Order: sequence, then C-alpha cells, then structure tokens
Amino acid sequence: MVNRKQQTVVHVLLIQVCVMLFVLLMPASSAHSAETVLKFDSDEQAALYLRLTEEFRCLKCQNQNLADSNADLAQDLRNEIYDAVINGQSRDEIADYLVARYGDFVLYRPPVKRVTYLLWFGPFVLLLFAIIGGWRLISSKPTITAPEPSEALEDARRRLNE
Amino acid sequence: MWKYIPLILFFGLVGFLARGLSLDPSELPSPLIDKPAPTFQLQSLFDSSEYNPESFTGEVWLFNVWASWCRACITEHPELEKLNKIEGLTMVGLNHKDVLDDGRSWLNRFGNPFDTVVFDQQGSTGINYGVYGVPETFIMDKKGVVRYKHIGPISEEDLNTILLPLIEQLKAEQV
Repeated sequence: MVNRKQQTVVHVLLIQVCVMLFVLLMPASSAHSAETVLKFDSDEQAALYLRLTEEFRCLKCQNQNLADSNADLAQDLRNEIYDAVINGQSRDEIADYLVARYGDFVLYRPPVKRVTYLLWFGPFVLLLFAIIGGWRLISSKPTITAPEPSEALEDARRRLNE
Repeated sequence: MWKYIPLILFFGLVGFLARGLSLDPSELPSPLIDKPAPTFQLQSLFDSSEYNPESFTGEVWLFNVWASWCRACITEHPELEKLNKIEGLTMVGLNHKDVLDDGRSWLNRFGNPFDTVVFDQQGSTGINYGVYGVPETFIMDKKGVVRYKHIGPISEEDLNTILLPLIEQLKAEQV
C-alpha cells in the first residue's frame, strides 16, 4: 500500500514538473523560432534597430514595414540594418543608405520636398477652404424671410374682422 | 461661383483616382538613374575570373538580375535572346541569391543569353542596386552610368518601344 502511495506521489510530481517546464519553455521557444535572437552592445542600439525596422517599408510587400514582413528581401534588409546599427551608424546614415538604393518609397513617412508638398500641405488647404465655406454659410443672411403681405392675406383678414 | 466648388472638387478627386488606376504600384522610380553604376566585385558563374562595373567601361551594357528560382525570368528569356543579337551591347547577367549549380543548369536548359554572368550568392550586390523584385534590368551607358531600370520581366513591347530605341541612342553617344 505504502509503496503504491509513494508511486502516485512521484507521478504527480513528475506531471507537475512537466507542466512547469512546458509553461516556462513555451514563450522562449516561440520567440526563438521567429528569428534568431539578435545581440546588441547597448539598449540604445536595440531600440534603434527596432525603430528602424518599423520605419522602413518592405518594397516587396508594400503595405508592411520591415519588422512585419516575412519576405526574403525584408530579412536581408533587416540584416543590413542590424550590421549598420552594430557598427554604430546613426538613424540618418542608415536612412540615406536605403534611400540611395530604393528611393523615398522605402520610408513610410515621406520627406517634405517639392514633389510631396501637395501630400503634406494639401489637407490643410482643403481645411482652409472648408473653414471659409463654413464661415460664409453661417454669416450669410438667413434666406427665409417673412412672407410679404399679399392681397389674398389682406382679404382673409378683412373677412375675419367682419 | 461658390456652389460650383464641390463639383470642381468632385471632378478633381475623380481625376486623381482615374490616374491611380492606370499606375502600377510595384513600379517605383529608381534613385540610381543618372548615377554611376554601384560597384561590385563578383566572380563569374563559370570560372574564377572576376568582374566589376569598370570591366565594361566604354561599352553599352545591360545588367539583368535573374535567378533559377524566379519564374518570371523564364517569361522574359526570349527577349534577352533577342537583345543578345544586338551588335555593340554587352549582356551581363547577375545570378542573384542562387545556388551555383542551379544557376548553371538553368542556363544550360534555357540557353545563355549573356556575354558574362556574375554570381552573387549573398545578394549584397542586389541590395546595392535596389533590387526588390527579380527579374530587374539595368542599362548602363559607355561611361558606366545607369540610364534605365526595368522592374519585372521584359515584354516584347518593352523591348521594341523602350529598350531598343534607348540602346541605339546610347550606342551613338560619344564617351
């Protein structure tokens, strides 16, 4: 009897250990399978890398940034950015490097220059138009005016007073 | 006058949308146009000889990025064969992110339209050329300046309306 009880305790313990191991290892292993863990010299470098991969567009799948995309090209460009960050390059240097090769479209946030003036300032021009239009609408004289006393009305009043 | 503003805005919007329909969003302007061809130092796909952009100085050269894993490359292959027949045009192929033997057997199977094929397993030359969709084709003038970039497979129409006139123009240019 005692022997069997001990066995049960051992079984329960084993299961508990298994569950604990499973719970402990699960998130770690899923993180590993997504991408090999990158090592940075400092937290600033890691933050810069994360910021940049979110800032640049994957040109293969144009509505995703480099961090989101699984495309081969995105992986290559993430590697390029990683190497550049490790070598101590700044955000602007890395952006210039990518723009020189892939053009402004690689930036999710388009730069303000002559061809993008309409893009950047167009909405404000439209807003200005809307404000002017709205102001004119409000400040114009009301179009509904009291009806002019007509002959028929005068006639009706006269009859009422009779 | 003011009551026509919404109508004008409406037609303006329709105009923009109509223009948007006729544009291909995957064709992006290359910042490399009118810049010197980005440098590379790559080995031939067939032997140990090495090439760089200076190897082709003084020649009008076409630089085609292809791979054995690229289906659209098969589509444009007949057009490359036609380009190969042009006198005074050097055809350079970049075997991009490929396996050496796969690249070689692809050329054996479909025919080699190139005068020179360089091999880039890592794809770093592709990044320097801003390649994001294979096949891509660059045309360089005699000074080694990028004059044209074509994204995606070359069609017969592209060949006749864009590439051939441009190549003739570049051939006529003095160095």
